[in-house]
Amino acid sequence: MDQRTTIVEAEAEPGGVPQSLRELAGDWGADQEVFRHVHWGKAMMWIFLLSDTFIFSSFLVSYMTMRSSVTAPWPNTAEVFGLDVGGVSVPLLLIAIMTFVLISSSGTMAMAVNFGYRRNRKATAALMVATALLGATFVSMQAFEWTKLIFTEGVRPWYNPMGAAQFGASFFMITGFHGLHVSIGVIMLLIVASKVLRGHYDRRGDYSAVEIAGLYWHFVDLVWVFIFAFFYLW
Amino acid sequence: MATIADDLRPLHHPKTWIGKYVWSQDHKVIALQYASTAIGVGLVALVLSFMMRLQLGFPGRFHFIQPENYLQFVTLHGMIMVVYLLTALLLGGFGNYLIPLMVGARDMVFPFVNMLSYWFYLLSVIVLLSSIFVPGGPTGGGWTLYPPQTITGGTPGSNWGIILMMVSLAIFIVAFTMGGLNYVTTVLQARTKGMTLMRMPCSVWGIFVASIMGLLAFPALFVAAVMTILDAVAGTSFFVPQIVSMGKPTEHVGGSPILYQHLFWFFGHPEVYIVALPAFGIVSDLISVHARKNIFGYRMMAWAIIIIGALSFFVWAHHMYVSGMNPYFGFFFATSTLIIAIPTAIKVYNWLLTLWRGDIHLRVPMLFAIAFLFTFIHGGLSGLFLGNVSVDVPLSDTFFVVGHFHMVMGVSPILVIFGAIYHWYPKITGRMWNETLARAHFWITFLGAYAIFLPMHYIGILGVPRRYYALGETAFIPPSVHYANMGITIAAGLVFAAQFLFFTNMIWSYFRGPKADPNPWGGASLEWQTPDTPPTHGNWGAKLPTVYRWAYDYSVPGAPQDFIPQSEPPGAAGSRAPA
Repeated sequence: MDQRTTIVEAEAEPGGVPQSLRELAGDWGADQEVFRHVHWGKAMMWIFLLSDTFIFSSFLVSYMTMRSSVTAPWPNTAEVFGLDVGGVSVPLLLIAIMTFVLISSSGTMAMAVNFGYRRNRKATAALMVATALLGATFVSMQAFEWTKLIFTEGVRPWYNPMGAAQFGASFFMITGFHGLHVSIGVIMLLIVASKVLRGHYDRRGDYSAVEIAGLYWHFVDLVWVFIFAFFYLW
Repeated sequence: MATIADDLRPLHHPKTWIGKYVWSQDHKVIALQYASTAIGVGLVALVLSFMMRLQLGFPGRFHFIQPENYLQFVTLHGMIMVVYLLTALLLGGFGNYLIPLMVGARDMVFPFVNMLSYWFYLLSVIVLLSSIFVPGGPTGGGWTLYPPQTITGGTPGSNWGIILMMVSLAIFIVAFTMGGLNYVTTVLQARTKGMTLMRMPCSVWGIFVASIMGLLAFPALFVAAVMTILDAVAGTSFFVPQIVSMGKPTEHVGGSPILYQHLFWFFGHPEVYIVALPAFGIVSDLISVHARKNIFGYRMMAWAIIIIGALSFFVWAHHMYVSGMNPYFGFFFATSTLIIAIPTAIKVYNWLLTLWRGDIHLRVPMLFAIAFLFTFIHGGLSGLFLGNVSVDVPLSDTFFVVGHFHMVMGVSPILVIFGAIYHWYPKITGRMWNETLARAHFWITFLGAYAIFLPMHYIGILGVPRRYYALGETAFIPPSVHYANMGITIAAGLVFAAQFLFFTNMIWSYFRGPKADPNPWGGASLEWQTPDTPPTHGNWGAKLPTVYRWAYDYSVPGAPQDFIPQSEPPGAAGSRAPA
């Protein structure tokens, strides 16, 4: 019999907690590893992302309470983040493109992880570089958006000609913090990609690093979906 | 794939002195670096508290304590004690030292990041202390750092001090995150063979759950710090509404001070348990070892730690009953606050029942553990007063609150820390401390703590407010308050002086103490079974220990010794093996 089962049964008492719950606790409390055959780095990245989720949640919840309590009018985000195409103002165009780019980068990242586990060095590295390029495109479009907002619209962290000052403050803070995450992700992807290319993970026989970088990247994309929904679409 | 614990590739052993002791990746060295830095900065906070007592006991007698200095002392004392001493010492110090040894690992899973964690912590301490030397001095906004007063003129340190404080906190959070990820992942994924979660010593349980809580609670403080810095530096209005300060309207408009309070206490209340849970865990082990008896209700002890940890995320607004938030919130938060009393009471009863008919050895670590039971029960009982909205409102911002939280999260964890240091000192240094000095230190500290904090409850019930520089001629304050204040200050002076017995003892014994037995208390948990004392880099020599039982096999009938080490196989030496 498996050692885990014996432990669960040995600790069982008549009555009390149902068998199924006891087995659940037994699985979690099992010998040596809670997450069986999971690389520690992967577990650590998941826990870090959980912590980071709390940071972004705090930012977004703070922004939402502020937005519902300010007395000055909140600018119409569809217009502010619109783009003029041939004289026609298309609402949310830039942001739609940015979102598309970032979501696509999650696709290339997922493929990179797949090729990594198939030990295909070249394809893995190429897809990771593609992911990093899409990420860099996202950051540069964000820079364009910031420039437009600062120089064309005159928005400042402490001042907003279109209404509530908190609009500019929370916009720069939240997108800035997210942009920082994307930039760090781009650097991380490039480092891991170069290690892939040099055969570092082939020698170690362990491609987990690609997947761990991928976890972070998907998380940053997911956070963007929430920022997109709560900041731009609201 | 083999587990990490089975990974027998040799660790990278640095050859140079700097590699071994300065840029060290060994969890034991990092633990000592964390602990000594934390105790050092804690000494600064201890001196500050004595300066406050001098002013309160003998108002106006000391000209170097001006009102703004007093406020700065209050602020720095509180923040240093809670974050830079207690959190850093219990998690960075004890967490680092004990986790790998107690779960049978060679080191933390990511030693490099663990090392970075310490250096970031040191940086945060340096940034914090540098605020003493900038124009305007450190911030004097109270340790909770509520805006708007922290960043508007008239508050000490509103120009430089508050920014450095917030930057330092942000750096601390980065440092803690790097350490905390290591502690949690090591417990989850790097235990030795046979070490199920339900065989871990309570110390590891406490530190483990507190680390998870830290990873989820510190983000709120991080966000609050970033937003305060932006308010102060970039002129944003996250927290500051339109107000008139010093006769002039500020440039801010539309911010919400209560938002800051929610963010701060979403961190602040779990923080109480981030400090308390490791202390709970460690004290369980001290009591069990020195009473030569298994911990009563081990499984409930572990579950109570988990439940307290989870519940503590739903009680934060009980710090805000008088803040002006919606009064209906008070109902919810009072209820959830009182529910926490249930798992906490389970723990207290289990400690008492562990002592019941135990073979109690009143050695110094045990004295501290029993003292903890006194102070913690007292602090917990006054907590019942403050948890109820209608009782809290008149007691809010009085010395009763000061007495309560110093008893429950100041004195109690500190007593456990002292007990733990005396308990593990022989393992850490290989030498034994001086018994006489240690006993003198204990009795002065324990009785002195009562002499300091018990009268504060009385002063508080009379309505004396906290954080006041001087009370002056106030009709409702009887002369007894002034005598009490004087008495508290004298007691504080004695306790302050007694700490030098501790430091003398620790430092002298480190060099001149007699060689200690590798397992002087007869402990059953893994850290006492290391092949070397003090444990060397890699902890376990060539082969990792295998665990066959829980950590509490004391006074087992029929066993040859009064304890059975966790690593002893069943059947060996004719002992019975409970699961």
